[in-house]
Amino acid sequence: MKAGKPQTPNPKSQSEQLRETARILLKEKKADLVIGYERGSSKRRARPVVIRDEKDVGRLIFDDTCGPSLVPFLRKTLRAAKDRNSKSQTPNPKAVTPLRVAVVAKGCDGRALVQQIAEGQLKRDQVVIVGVGCDGIADQRRGASGEKRAASCERCRYPNPPVYDVFVGEPVEVGTGDEFAGVAEFEKLASAERWAWFERELAKCIRCYACRNACPMCYCEECFVDQTKPLWLGKSAERPDTTLFHLVRALHSAGRCVDCGACERACPLGVRLALLNKRLEREVRERFGYTAGLSMEATPALATYSEEDKQEFML
Amino acid sequence: MSDWEPKIVAFLCNWCSYAGADLAGVSRIQYPPNVRVVRVPCSGRVNPLFVLKSLENGFDGVLVSGCHPGDCHYISGNYIARRKFATLKTALEFIGVEPGRVQFSWVSAGEGEKFAQVVARVTDDVRKLGPAKRLVKSAEAGRAGATLQQSRGGGE
Repeated sequence: MKAGKPQTPNPKSQSEQLRETARILLKEKKADLVIGYERGSSKRRARPVVIRDEKDVGRLIFDDTCGPSLVPFLRKTLRAAKDRNSKSQTPNPKAVTPLRVAVVAKGCDGRALVQQIAEGQLKRDQVVIVGVGCDGIADQRRGASGEKRAASCERCRYPNPPVYDVFVGEPVEVGTGDEFAGVAEFEKLASAERWAWFERELAKCIRCYACRNACPMCYCEECFVDQTKPLWLGKSAERPDTTLFHLVRALHSAGRCVDCGACERACPLGVRLALLNKRLEREVRERFGYTAGLSMEATPALATYSEEDKQEFML
Repeated sequence: MSDWEPKIVAFLCNWCSYAGADLAGVSRIQYPPNVRVVRVPCSGRVNPLFVLKSLENGFDGVLVSGCHPGDCHYISGNYIARRKFATLKTALEFIGVEPGRVQFSWVSAGEGEKFAQVVARVTDDVRKLGPAKRLVKSAEAGRAGATLQQSRGGGE
């Protein structure tokens, strides 16, 4: 992807163009605030930032350190605004008009936004999608200076958001090759070997739920792991419980996961979580002909059915 | 090990498969006594968590059965369930749970004979696989069962 990228005719960097776009959006009142990235605690870190005033747009950046999905922050921001409105006795008329939030979206983030709109979680007119072409996020674990791209970026087929209101920079060339190669490779192993691999991998899990919290598609008000009546899962980090947690999380994101890799990057123990998600993504695409995050109109695959669905596994 | 008998839980929908099991009973059709039946309103009511919890708490096999496509009392419950089951089965087999531990079938109220055959087949498959080891919370099984019972009666 990197080698074939055309020279950008615009001499300004992507970050500079992004600041300019944000300034215009705020100035022309097209958005009440902009959610983007700013430089974090080190040169190789970026963190989310909410820009409310056009004089602060200089804080915005975009480069290969901008990994965490901003979609969960968007939801929290909208939610907080809604709560403020419902609590105030004499509603501030200015606050009552629904907040319009501009959000910087890489290809995967753009798909997550589209999927949430398809699921009725966001209103299209609440969000201004500031699309950015993304060449891949640096994996801080795979190289000391993060020169290598994260695993999910290596197999990415949607570097540019499918839907956007403004696009910043140049679209990035789409990668080729089989995005499910890793899954196919793993499936060559025997059932017992696959189990052994998952057991080893999930033994690392400490049930911190960082994967769930970083996930742009995990938005339940109360997650099944937090329910106590009935208590679906024990609270310990014993392996059957952690396995069930990851299995059910994968099932809940089947046909919804956009393979942004946020879960894997958020995991403090480096558990390879995306493999199972990727397998289910392939299943949903092959079986139901559905790919998450491409259409705001299509009903999500697991919320609908076709009479012609294959049922070779039914007795 | 020789006196080990597979323990299988069967989630049967109220309108077809449960009636099918009933028909097998009143028709005096013989089938293996290894299944414990849980009656559910519809196969669409079966949350994948029910299946996984059953395995975790020590069942050797799980059978989920509902109305044939087009026969659902709630019009589309079994169609939605079919999609859920397909993804559940794929996920389980991908992580290395033996195929055959968890099975799905359509049995109508008139198919007492088929119900007996399905139970015989599932019991046979699970018997060949041996006692479940993967996903099982062995030492904790008793305690987990107790906590589930304590919390019964509450909503979800």
